[in-house]
Amino acid sequence: MSFPLLTATAVLPAIGAIATAAVPAARRNAAKSLALLFSLATLVLAIVVLVRFDPDGARYQLTESHSWIADFGVRYELGVDGIAVALIALTALLIPFIILAGWHDADPLETGSKRWRPTQGFFALILAVEAMVILSFEATDVFLFYIFFEAMLIPMYFLIGGFGDRAHEHGEETASTQRSYAAVKFLLYNLVGGLIMLAAVIGLYVVAGNFSLTEIAEARANGSLDMATNTERWLFLGFFFAFAVKAPLWPLHTWLPNAMGEATAPVAVLITAVVDKVGTFAMLRFCLQLFPEASKWATPAILVLALISIIYGALLAVGQRDIKRLVAYASISHFGFIIMGIFAMTSQGQSGATLYMVNHGISTAALMLVAGFLISRRGSRLIADYGGVQKVAPVLAGTFLIGGLATLSLPGLAPFVSEFLVLVGTFARYPAIGIIATFGIVLAALYTLVLYQRTMTGPVKPEVSAMPDLRARELVVVAPLIVLLIFLGVYPKPVTDIVDPAVKQTLSDVQKKDPQPEVEAAK
Amino acid sequence: MNPVNYLYLAALLFTIGATGVLIRRNAIVVFMCIELMLNACNLALVAFSRMHGNLDGQIIAFFTMVVAAAEVVVGLAIIVSLFRSRHSASVDDASLMKL
Amino acid sequence: MENLIALLIAAPLLGAAVLLVGGRRLDAVGHWIGTVLAAVSFVLGLVLFADLLGKDAEDRTLTQHLFSWIPVEGFHADVAFQLDQLSMTFVLLITGVGSLIHLYSVGYMEHDERRRRFFGYLNLFLAAMLLLVLADNYLLLYVGWEGVGLASYLLIGFWQHKPSAATAAKKAFLVNRVGDMGLSIAIMLMFTTFGTFAFGPLLGTHEQAGLAGDATEGQLTAIGLMLLLAACGKSAQVPLQSWLGDAMEGPTPVSALIHAATMVTAGVYLIVRSGAIFDAAPDAQLVVTIVGAVTLLFGAIVGCAKDDIKKALAGSTMSQIGYMVLAAGLGPIGYAFAIMHLVTHGFFKAGLFLGAGSVMHGMNDEVDMRKYGGLRKYMPITFITFGLGYLAIIGFPGLSGFFSKDKIIEAAFAKGGTEGWILGGCALLGAAITAYYMTRVMLMTFFGEERWRNQPTRSPEAPSAEPAAEHHGEAASDHVATATGEPHPHESPKVMTIPMIVLAIGSVFAGGFFSIGERFVHWLEPVTGYEHGHPPVSALTVTLSTVAVMVIGVGIAYAQYGRRPVPVVVPRGSLLTRAARRDLLQDDFNHVVLVRGGEHLTRSLVYVDHTLVDGVVNGTAASVGGLSGRMRKLQNGFARSYAVSMFGGAAVLIAATLLMRAV
Repeated sequence: MSFPLLTATAVLPAIGAIATAAVPAARRNAAKSLALLFSLATLVLAIVVLVRFDPDGARYQLTESHSWIADFGVRYELGVDGIAVALIALTALLIPFIILAGWHDADPLETGSKRWRPTQGFFALILAVEAMVILSFEATDVFLFYIFFEAMLIPMYFLIGGFGDRAHEHGEETASTQRSYAAVKFLLYNLVGGLIMLAAVIGLYVVAGNFSLTEIAEARANGSLDMATNTERWLFLGFFFAFAVKAPLWPLHTWLPNAMGEATAPVAVLITAVVDKVGTFAMLRFCLQLFPEASKWATPAILVLALISIIYGALLAVGQRDIKRLVAYASISHFGFIIMGIFAMTSQGQSGATLYMVNHGISTAALMLVAGFLISRRGSRLIADYGGVQKVAPVLAGTFLIGGLATLSLPGLAPFVSEFLVLVGTFARYPAIGIIATFGIVLAALYTLVLYQRTMTGPVKPEVSAMPDLRARELVVVAPLIVLLIFLGVYPKPVTDIVDPAVKQTLSDVQKKDPQPEVEAAK
Repeated sequence: MNPVNYLYLAALLFTIGATGVLIRRNAIVVFMCIELMLNACNLALVAFSRMHGNLDGQIIAFFTMVVAAAEVVVGLAIIVSLFRSRHSASVDDASLMKL
Repeated sequence: MENLIALLIAAPLLGAAVLLVGGRRLDAVGHWIGTVLAAVSFVLGLVLFADLLGKDAEDRTLTQHLFSWIPVEGFHADVAFQLDQLSMTFVLLITGVGSLIHLYSVGYMEHDERRRRFFGYLNLFLAAMLLLVLADNYLLLYVGWEGVGLASYLLIGFWQHKPSAATAAKKAFLVNRVGDMGLSIAIMLMFTTFGTFAFGPLLGTHEQAGLAGDATEGQLTAIGLMLLLAACGKSAQVPLQSWLGDAMEGPTPVSALIHAATMVTAGVYLIVRSGAIFDAAPDAQLVVTIVGAVTLLFGAIVGCAKDDIKKALAGSTMSQIGYMVLAAGLGPIGYAFAIMHLVTHGFFKAGLFLGAGSVMHGMNDEVDMRKYGGLRKYMPITFITFGLGYLAIIGFPGLSGFFSKDKIIEAAFAKGGTEGWILGGCALLGAAITAYYMTRVMLMTFFGEERWRNQPTRSPEAPSAEPAAEHHGEAASDHVATATGEPHPHESPKVMTIPMIVLAIGSVFAGGFFSIGERFVHWLEPVTGYEHGHPPVSALTVTLSTVAVMVIGVGIAYAQYGRRPVPVVVPRGSLLTRAARRDLLQDDFNHVVLVRGGEHLTRSLVYVDHTLVDGVVNGTAASVGGLSGRMRKLQNGFARSYAVSMFGGAAVLIAATLLMRAV
């Protein structure tokens, strides 16, 4: 038997979580280093997965399969396709930056504060989330996926509810109340989604008799498993609802701004750049493969919701007064693009959507982490409390601008490639939706530049006049992300090469062909 | 003797016990009333056993006795510790178990 | 030889990277690094130009394929370059004028502590602009297109501690983004219609006609109109012109390079480049000519009313680009002249802006022309170079502007029919107004009384007077010291005057040089095609009337500003003047409709999101919570009440069982 690489990639951070949690309280700095070490080791394993993966090989590779709960046909089945590999790499890449950026976020507060801040817990929880996210990208058994899809809520709940910004404009008491509100809201939304999905998972078992994604998909493709149209639609909706909550899609989005606003910046990145990706990934992997007909049936409605997400998220981002909430609404807009790309059912759209997941992870991480550094300096999340930062901290402002430009998909930076692919892919099939979505790029420029103008330019506010520029640790966090943004903007081929065959497979599952150019077709 | 009369007695004893549980405040008395209800049940079970001519009822009665003995041990311990901490054996004083 | 094309872009890009990442330790030499790399690019351009000249007219196309950029199933974009006569013209203009302006900036920005960064941005601009004109497909062009937008954003907002500069930068980027939307929709349309957006297969080469000819006219019209929208944004054409005036918040060299000579002409490049599409879509062409004609009048009228020297020149830029767009809309009879006017305009308008910068340099950064006057004695070189640029722009016979503008007017008449008469008439009228406002600028600045005597250079009621000290950043302490007193006009240092002299030479001779034997037209003909236009009246008549209207324009201006003293306090002016001072109310319209409307929309959406979308969910939660609150009261903690409910429950159960039995 070969070495279980996929299991190892997921188990390593889990071991790291336990080890970090076990470090005695007095040696909190050792716990941080340990967590960082484990996340880096996971990154190494993820790179090995990336190297071992052959884009032109079998659909699912590095597979592992063991019997688990034989009575219900639940198996421990892992396997990755190109899309999963890309997202595992993204997750493994971002976690070290998240840990490094949150280096001091869980330090004990100054004497006098009664709040307990378990430093070890913070880093252990991040690693636990990483383990579960990676497993849900790897699982090819629906039940196994469901377990980790739900289980990651637990560490996320504690991360959101337990660790907030160091300072808060309304004082410690209010901060704590708002934080628990956000955490509970996050949990409830996702639990409701998960509950409905559980019903659909059971329903799927009743219909199909097992939980194996590959078997069911194959049986569906060759016609040996027939679902009644209505059954398929209901099951599809059950799955989709859970993923749409997690993604999040309008109108199920309201937990995200609260959660991202109250959590510390690294945790906010964890939410939007890593955990939420499971939702969009699962749409691509489970909804389309298990329920191809129902997916096609629901496409118009989903596209409209995605379009609303794009425009609505962007408009709300323009109206925000809080930096982190602004980024959260911008993310909602971007998730609209991703979902639109998935359901446009063209290879450009789906390749673009997958690429978008990776790029959005990196660009939001860059913007949000720099915003976090900014907030930690001034102790306020309100845009109005800043002004003229560019003058006192030019490097911070510069990196913030690049993060912002990536968010508005400036050509030359990575998100442009994916956004344009999504737009082109959508436009090819649904021109009207494609054109309306293009308005999103103007609105993105509006909220990003307004944010930059209000915080970074203009006369220097007295409160920010002594603001220090980025420190070495912070620069180590931001610089690689920026380099990656530029690199993937200029040369996205490494990612598209991995993603493209998987997308082709998915498209053939739903039996859709790309629309052909009109003129060439006529020739 | 007609076994039905034992059933009447059991019902009477059960009613006395139930009333005691509902109206008395002293935990010890409530406890004794519960024992009374249990024993009323035992009596009824034995009477049924006799009426139907099999031994099931008597076996269950023995079960009940064992359970009752265990219950006395735990229950008295709770009452004693409650009395120690509150200096009263009134059940109404111990009303903290609510939402 | 092809491999040099990438180097052409790489040189300034390297400069931008080094200067922006290098940090403070490069402060001392940064400006020279930037200038040298711009010059390297220019030299490379010259080498390539010599190479092209050595070939046959038909073979003057070099291509370089670097790597596959976005390879996705059914969608392929490459990073590849195409250098033909059209791109070559732009490369020389961009790197040539760019290098001169780099040199000029060394002097102009001397007192700014962030000069290194300024040169970094300038280099970034050069790289993006070169990418724009060298790209061999529309998607790569789009990268350059937004890249110049970014550079323009950074440079307009260079003095970003001034809120007005930051706002102007943001506005420029946003308005441009609206145009970019047009470009991206155009690319999407091309992709769905043709399956490609590369110039070669789409627009065709000498050997093979492009796919563009096979599409229906409706498809081509749609693509053309979207390209026009993009051009309007970048080239400040009506209705997306409002950002250009505000963009004058940037340092003057930026105005000269980006907002006069190069970036704003990118729209003209786009239209001329896409000639194959427009030629087959007459409706789109008609709209292009209308936009050009409207803008050339609009810009000219705005230019007449501005007292801020840079904003007057900005109005003029808008108007001159209107001419180019008009010519580009005329099809093969106009393409070559659009580009020719673009090049000559690049010379004289850059020269004029640099002259204006030189004047400001000597006048404590005062921009209000009402506080200039009689400066010719104090700044002789500036006066002469500015004057030559002035003669060129009004179309004085024999100078550059005369040749290029006259040809455009002629081509407009040659369009034929009523359209031809209307377009030609507009172009003639524009020529008259151009002569008027440029004479006004000239007279107010260099002639007349010395109105700056006993005038503090800052005056609150001046419409566009900027705080002089701020203008050069906080490092300009020597400026602060003199800012409140009377200015001491002086000639600028050599590093600034030399570029002005070079540009002035270009403004004088370029037009004539290009027109000898129509060599410019023949140079471009293989790319753009050429058709000789036949105006309804003879060419000589057109030329004579052009000269005549110019003389009239100059005469009126002289009567108003040369013979009478210019009031220092701004007169109230007629309704039109006041509207023109406010950019013909475009900004007011934007403010009321877009800004206010947008604010209301976002504010109400924030409210809706909080109350309605969130409210539904929270409402469900609240009603469940309320219900459970009621239920909670049953749990009162009294053991005996629990016992009662137990007994009650048991009684009900027994009763129910008995009842069921009984029934």
